[in-house]
Amino acid sequence: MAAEGLPIGRRRRFWRRFASHRLAMWAGWLLAALVLAGLAGPPLGRAFGLDGEAVNLFGRLAPASLAHPLGTDELGRDLLLRLLEGGRISLAVGLAGALLTALIGTAIGLAAGYAGGRVDALLMRLTDAIIALPLLPLLIVLAAVDLTKLGLPAALVEGGLASVWRIVLLVALFGWTTVARLVRAAVLSQKERDYVRAARALGAGPWRIAVHHVLPNVASPVIVATTLSIGNIMLTESVLSFLGLGIQPPLPSWGNMLTNAQELIWQAPHLAVWPGALIFLTVIAFNLLGDGLQDALDPRGDTRLQ
Amino acid sequence: MAGYLVRRLLETLLLLLVMSFLIYGLIGLMPGDPIDLMVSADPNLTAADALRLKALQGLDVPLPERYWRWLVATLSGDLGYSRLYARPVLEVLGPRLLNTLLLMGTSLALALVIAVPAGILAALDPRGPVDNTINLLAFAGFSMPSFWLGLLLIILFSVQLGWLPAGGSASIGESGLLDRLRYLILPVLTLTLLTAGTFIRFVRAAMLEALREDFIRTARVKGLSTTAVVIRHALPHTALAMITITALHVGSLFSGALVVETIFAYLGMGKLIYDAILGNDYNLALVALLLATLVTLLANLLADLAYGWLDPRIDYGG
Repeated sequence: MAAEGLPIGRRRRFWRRFASHRLAMWAGWLLAALVLAGLAGPPLGRAFGLDGEAVNLFGRLAPASLAHPLGTDELGRDLLLRLLEGGRISLAVGLAGALLTALIGTAIGLAAGYAGGRVDALLMRLTDAIIALPLLPLLIVLAAVDLTKLGLPAALVEGGLASVWRIVLLVALFGWTTVARLVRAAVLSQKERDYVRAARALGAGPWRIAVHHVLPNVASPVIVATTLSIGNIMLTESVLSFLGLGIQPPLPSWGNMLTNAQELIWQAPHLAVWPGALIFLTVIAFNLLGDGLQDALDPRGDTRLQ
Repeated sequence: MAGYLVRRLLETLLLLLVMSFLIYGLIGLMPGDPIDLMVSADPNLTAADALRLKALQGLDVPLPERYWRWLVATLSGDLGYSRLYARPVLEVLGPRLLNTLLLMGTSLALALVIAVPAGILAALDPRGPVDNTINLLAFAGFSMPSFWLGLLLIILFSVQLGWLPAGGSASIGESGLLDRLRYLILPVLTLTLLTAGTFIRFVRAAMLEALREDFIRTARVKGLSTTAVVIRHALPHTALAMITITALHVGSLFSGALVVETIFAYLGMGKLIYDAILGNDYNLALVALLLATLVTLLANLLADLAYGWLDPRIDYGG
């Protein structure tokens, strides 16, 4: 993954350092297992004739049993299957959001670094402003806006996977600041280097310089920042879904599975435990993975050997 | 310094103005407008009545003009009426803001009380067992979904043990301070635990950096004990970093407060904003959102000023 493109010696050192960060290794395995379960679980369940959407009002809030290993929810749906389906969506939002965040951040960072002057000042002020704002209240407003009033076709903004795309766009809209700052700093530090000047004198355009000289220099911190942002994005998605403004039922997400859990907390506390535990484990795993990558990719050397 | 202050104040005002326009525009895009609500509440209203009402309320003019009218009214002190509470917006907001500041202030203070010693202990033992334990706890803190932590605390302290109320602000018929405090414990605990993790990481990083400075090495060579070095030399050095993160954190503290207040039915600004948006209370939502933004921006401004006061080397350029 991140090690590709590095020379052999550095690649080996990357893996050695990463492997020495034991928590990060565990986190990596846990995430692999979760992704696999999310991908394989629902089709496997269907193959055995189990359906996460199947409502059974006579089997509401059932305790754990052989047929329902984690019990059932308030509509009698199998909790384990719902968790697997929900995990698929929560993970997809986290990954897609982080990717889009990195792309937007890179574009804005390159623009600010190259343009300089007023454009740069304006973009960096915008970055400061976004960091300072109380984000969740604003996200709630944006999530509640009726997009058909903007003239968008109803087919595009309602039903199906629309709420998934909407969340991905919303988190990317505010999430790009860290990557933008990193990329901008890299542009500024590389722009006036002799080899970059030489490349420019030989006729390399800004695009070529960005791809060949600036981006390789900033790849490591951007990869770390993007990994760390997955966890944050998943937290944001879960909060918005919990508040009823994110992923819309009947599509399950770990966040919206907790919405009803609070009302049922006296009758069925177990409903509140599982989805939250999975959010927590996934987010902490992504954060530990990011931490491990940071240690392994940090060119300042082995901090643990000092 | 004075010039800098004026420039920053102007910038803050400008940002607030831009935000007010954006939020005003967004609120107009919410599902259902005030006239729709009146129509759905009164079956005798005809389409013609609705149009007339629209004109009467000034809702038929274009957005920039409507915004301008709102701005002029707001600046002259008329913030309008809340639909949900049927009272002037300002009257609704006041007590709510105080409640939120109480929640945020207490949690912030407690988070610092936890984070400063924990961060220092971690920094004194880099990569050792103490550091690893504290670090993992810190990671757990900022990886925790806020609402889930709240639900877990409710399950533990209200459902299982029955020690504390699961939500609300006061018992019916009680008005004592002790009763209020019982309702504060769980929200404050949730917000504190959520905040402490991030703070620990910052204190640890700032402390590690301070411990690498030459003057610390000098103090150590002179024979000062670790405790003396940390308290007298390194700690003041980390004050700048602490002020920055505290100020930058006010925004996310607001976000955290919104979730915590909603879960515990705590009557603060966050829950107010959430209820106002979902309840089509546009006047209230707009002013509350702007107030939250203003508080956050002011915190940042204060941090900048404290920065210059603590570190005379910083030149504000006029």
